Amino acid sequence: MARILYINLTKREHFFVDRHDLSEKYIGGVGVASKLLLEECPQGIAPFSPDNPIILATGPMTGMFPVITKTVACFKSPLTNEYGESHAGGRLGAAMRWAGLDAIVVKGKANRPAYISIHDSEVKVKNAETLWGMSSIRTVGRILREVEPGAGRRSILRIGRAGENLVRYACVNVDTVRHFGRLGLGAVFGSKNLKAMVIEGTNDLFFKDVKKYSKVYDEIFGIVCKTKEMQKYHDLGTASNVIPLNAMGALPTRNFSSNTLENAERISGEHFAEHYLARKTACVGCPVGCIHVGWLREQFADEHEYFTVYTPYDYEPIYAFGNNLGISDPHEVLRLIERCEVFGLDAITTGVYLGWLTDALSNGVVTTKDTGLELKFGESEGYYHAIEKIAERDGELYDTLADSLDSTVKKYGGEPFTSQTAGHPIAGYATGIANILGHTFGARHSHLDNAGYSIDQKLAGKSFTVEEVVDMIISEEEFRQVLTSLVACLFARKIYTEDRIVACLDSIGISKSKEELQKIGKEIMANKNAFKKREGFDISKVKISQRLLDCPTPQGKLSQEDIRKGIDYYIKRMENIAKKAE
Amino acid sequence: MRLAVVNLDRCIGCESCVLACSRTWYHAFSYDLSRIQIRTAGGIEGRFVVAVCRACSDPPCARSCRTGALTPRKGGGVILKPELCDSCGLCQKSCIIQGAVRYDDSGKPLICKHCGICAKYCPHEVIKLEKIKEPEEVEVEPKEV
Repeated sequence: MARILYINLTKREHFFVDRHDLSEKYIGGVGVASKLLLEECPQGIAPFSPDNPIILATGPMTGMFPVITKTVACFKSPLTNEYGESHAGGRLGAAMRWAGLDAIVVKGKANRPAYISIHDSEVKVKNAETLWGMSSIRTVGRILREVEPGAGRRSILRIGRAGENLVRYACVNVDTVRHFGRLGLGAVFGSKNLKAMVIEGTNDLFFKDVKKYSKVYDEIFGIVCKTKEMQKYHDLGTASNVIPLNAMGALPTRNFSSNTLENAERISGEHFAEHYLARKTACVGCPVGCIHVGWLREQFADEHEYFTVYTPYDYEPIYAFGNNLGISDPHEVLRLIERCEVFGLDAITTGVYLGWLTDALSNGVVTTKDTGLELKFGESEGYYHAIEKIAERDGELYDTLADSLDSTVKKYGGEPFTSQTAGHPIAGYATGIANILGHTFGARHSHLDNAGYSIDQKLAGKSFTVEEVVDMIISEEEFRQVLTSLVACLFARKIYTEDRIVACLDSIGISKSKEELQKIGKEIMANKNAFKKREGFDISKVKISQRLLDCPTPQGKLSQEDIRKGIDYYIKRMENIAKKAE
Repeated sequence: MRLAVVNLDRCIGCESCVLACSRTWYHAFSYDLSRIQIRTAGGIEGRFVVAVCRACSDPPCARSCRTGALTPRKGGGVILKPELCDSCGLCQKSCIIQGAVRYDDSGKPLICKHCGICAKYCPHEVIKLEKIKEPEEVEVEPKEV
């Protein structure tokens, strides 16, 4: 059963709908959310239209199984003007289930700054006038914690200044240390005058066959805690990527102009863990505890005046503000991550844009008159201030950059230095062609759609054809539709095999065969592609920038011709898949 | 045997203990139907709080009970006789640990049995089952001046 809460901020009304059809057909999570997006988002609307829905969905396994902790958000992206999807952990998934909700759809626009407060079936749109304009996303959380009950089972979502200012890649902060990071959900919140959401409830979900369920739970809990499967995430976290990527020559450096960083070990997971790791924390229902929280002690005046803040780090933000900007001082990297955090910006997009801006400045595309700052790879101070300028849309250049790199390039030039595909800045991998094609094909143009970077690494040292790469990308993305409908954290993708998913679902009374799951994965992908097509996305028009082609990788330089071949083959395969479906 | 919070600072807030209790004793996925609660004080950047029965030797909750529903358990903590409970709420008021005594929907307290299932699922030994030591008699001897 899928119980959906609809909230209309314009009319300040809400209602609940049961949609058995959706959960039966698409499981939950991304399957349900992407279908709801097709239903709820009128064709061709502006992403800041009140009609753009914010859709949050959990899955039938969320919270109930180890590492199945996520909530999916779907919306029309203000950054790419097409399909928007982002995932977040924290307490949100469990909180929604305890509030008796499988999905939430928010539409309309509040006339004044507001926040949504959900306590079981009690749904209120409350005044957020005082919270609007606050300099730090953390303060907003602290204030709401004090006025909204439900500590321990409550989740608090909020946007920062960037979201209020409609920066098109503003994120939504979830429970202080997690995020709906990519594609600008924070700006969609801002466009609705929606500052925050608090979700909490006291609903209990009873197991029909607790023996069966406990048996499956215990098996997986054992694998998670007592084998090496999750060690990477538990030990150093994703930051453990830095050294191996650098060693294989796949660490994007100085805006993809190099594939190695000198002194990379200084921003490695090892170095961060040894010198900056304050603690680890976890999402509800996950014993791994992969959230690495760093401590940052800063002197703000003479006479030993210090303050200390705690900021979560992961590989992607380290890449965005570290190697990508040529910065190998870990303190400075953490300082930039923290800066991005308090304003509520997507780290990858912000870092990639700053990399472009640095190249644009040194190549005379823009001048210091435009930037108001000196920006040089390896020097953090300029970037520290530039982050605020983007979040506050300070001046013409930053105002344009707050919209998108595409509009900035249109106005100022500098297209060859862009490191993005289909309008979405790419994640921290210069692994090879699968990475670039994966970002290009992925429904949300994210490295997590199909893990092209991982396919490159699997193929290292082997001979392969572009067609084989494309086939691998497509099947990985199909399988991930099932995982993200449950909603699994993708870190557990190797643990949750198809067989185990079937057993888990069966233990909570949902009968789905492997074949049915595979079919559902394909259908979900088709829904996403239908939305993309409807909103005008045309993959044949995607151009890969010169910078990404020139960037050395372990496979050497990529050829435009191979990429074209890959895209053509992908189009053909998609046409065949569509024909088969008919 | 009784539960003891031995390594509070190691808690990562995964709530595996909460889920283990509700799964085992109530056959539910629930935060509230659990005899142990994890929450934060000061948000995730602050500290975690573990609220669970401390298995006092002379439990104030049992002392406060006027109907005899709560009686001291051998080895610490209390035993509930639900048929005697009149849901007066005094046991909750008498406990100094906020959240350690809570009620189910029928108004009866959720009483920790110190079974240790929560400790079994804790990835970092935050909670442990341990043998309770009988409190030693405190002898006050006049000091020689």
